[in-house]
Amino acid sequence: MTLQEILSNLYVFVLATFLGLEVIRRVSPLLHTPLMSLTNAISAISLVGSLVILGAQETTLTTILGALAVTASTINVVSGFLITDRMLKMFKRREPSERGKSS
Amino acid sequence: MSAQAIFTQTSYIVAAALFILSLKWLSAVPTARRGVIAGEVGMILAIAGTLLLPQIVSYKWIVVTLLIGTAIGIPIAYLMPMTHVPQRTALSHSFGGLAVGLVGTAKYYLWHEHEPERLTTFIMAVLCFEVLLGFLTFTGSLMAFGKLQELIPTRPIVYRGQNFVNLSLLAVAIAIGVYLTVNPSQIQLFPIYIALALAFGVLLIMPIGGADMPTVIALLNSYAGISASAMGFVLQNKLLIIAGALDGSSGFILSIIMCKAMNRSFTNVLFGAFGQVSPQALKAEERTVRSATPEEAADILLAASSVVVIPGYGMAVAQAQHKVRELFDLLTRRGIDVKFGIHPVAGRMPGHMNVLLAEADIPYDRLYEMEDINSELPHTDVALVIGANDVVNPAAKHDKNSPIYGMPIIEADKARTVMVIKRSMNPGFAGIENELYYMDKTLMLFGDAKAYLSELVKVIGQEK
Repeated sequence: MTLQEILSNLYVFVLATFLGLEVIRRVSPLLHTPLMSLTNAISAISLVGSLVILGAQETTLTTILGALAVTASTINVVSGFLITDRMLKMFKRREPSERGKSS
Repeated sequence: MSAQAIFTQTSYIVAAALFILSLKWLSAVPTARRGVIAGEVGMILAIAGTLLLPQIVSYKWIVVTLLIGTAIGIPIAYLMPMTHVPQRTALSHSFGGLAVGLVGTAKYYLWHEHEPERLTTFIMAVLCFEVLLGFLTFTGSLMAFGKLQELIPTRPIVYRGQNFVNLSLLAVAIAIGVYLTVNPSQIQLFPIYIALALAFGVLLIMPIGGADMPTVIALLNSYAGISASAMGFVLQNKLLIIAGALDGSSGFILSIIMCKAMNRSFTNVLFGAFGQVSPQALKAEERTVRSATPEEAADILLAASSVVVIPGYGMAVAQAQHKVRELFDLLTRRGIDVKFGIHPVAGRMPGHMNVLLAEADIPYDRLYEMEDINSELPHTDVALVIGANDVVNPAAKHDKNSPIYGMPIIEADKARTVMVIKRSMNPGFAGIENELYYMDKTLMLFGDAKAYLSELVKVIGQEK
């Protein structure tokens, strides 16, 4: 890897970190649990790296490690996105019929 | 560039953009579900782009493992009760860390054997960092899972010289990492390095108590993200760098919020072993408290015009959120204004209470953050504390000797009447006496939160 590639990757890292800090600062505390499960699903993008190792099948060792890594990441991708959606579905505003009625 | 390479790269760029949009849309409830869809589309695109790479020679094991992962993931997402969300989160951090650690290991062995020239100093340094962080997140999160699931004691496990042992272990691991960075050919050291990383993860979380779990989970979230980003550097994959950085910064922000909400520093959370029962706390003087029957409590609630409910981990343990909702309905129908005051560290992970109350169909516009509810509490008739303890302890504001001094609290003591549903007078996780319970205006409602609320709901329901 040349110095230039290292630097361009570092640029990407720094910019993404600051962008992440700005975007996530705005997330309502109400949604901090779904936020954590969503970012968790997104960071399971490491699946991409595991797929290459598993699919390349270069040595037995790397194929086994790759298979474990793909399984672990897939669990995170699938359960992460689905449970985030399941949680978000539960957040409802008050139904109009219930509003401020006194007995 | 071949057509396939262009497609792969484009899919990665679009995926990165979608991930950022996904988090942006998650910032508010009305757009949040769109955020999940954006994330899912991004993920599918990235996977499709990867599967077309020419390095992939066989799809057999890919299909098998993708199916196994999906078969495990779907039941986790749909069958897991909402009270177990902290455990699932800890478990997913651990899977994330494991995957990253394994990929780093595989790459090292592969390059060591076939392309040693690729193991430059920079790559080795990042790879060692990735493997250390990945594996320590793996075992650390497993420990957090064990504590949350109560497979291992939730109280801090401490012994003399613990910090010294932990830091020495970390120092040895880092020394080996540095040595490997300089001499990538010393492959026999690599398994030792992995073992040290795994052991450090266990030792790091062992002394941490249940009340500190929100901070620790956020911190482990951050580690999982940063390690994924490091993996992006090793694999020269900018999408991984971006997604990991987003996850890392999210965990970082959440841990800062949690630390602030407890008035503690990172080092204090990790090395302070908060939550041990100190001898003074146990032999607290006998003081009298006033208790009340469900009938008395019902009368007070019905005479009120405003009620603020302050939930804590005890509500989650008792699975009382649905009974809370019934109480909320009964009181609201009678024109009583019911709000919920949520402390940032109530529960076992950030936002834990909000999810439980939303699960019980309590409208989210009734859930208030600490600062907002504190300005209302002085005009509130009844503060009803359900399973919360340290987050409403007034000692945090004035008792300089209290371990929680300086921690921002929900000022339940400012309300005209305070009612506390609690199992017994045992001190909470921090092992600290709560003077709120001894105030003249406080009524203790002893019992399991769910059972007591059922009684309360029954009594109020009968009074027409």
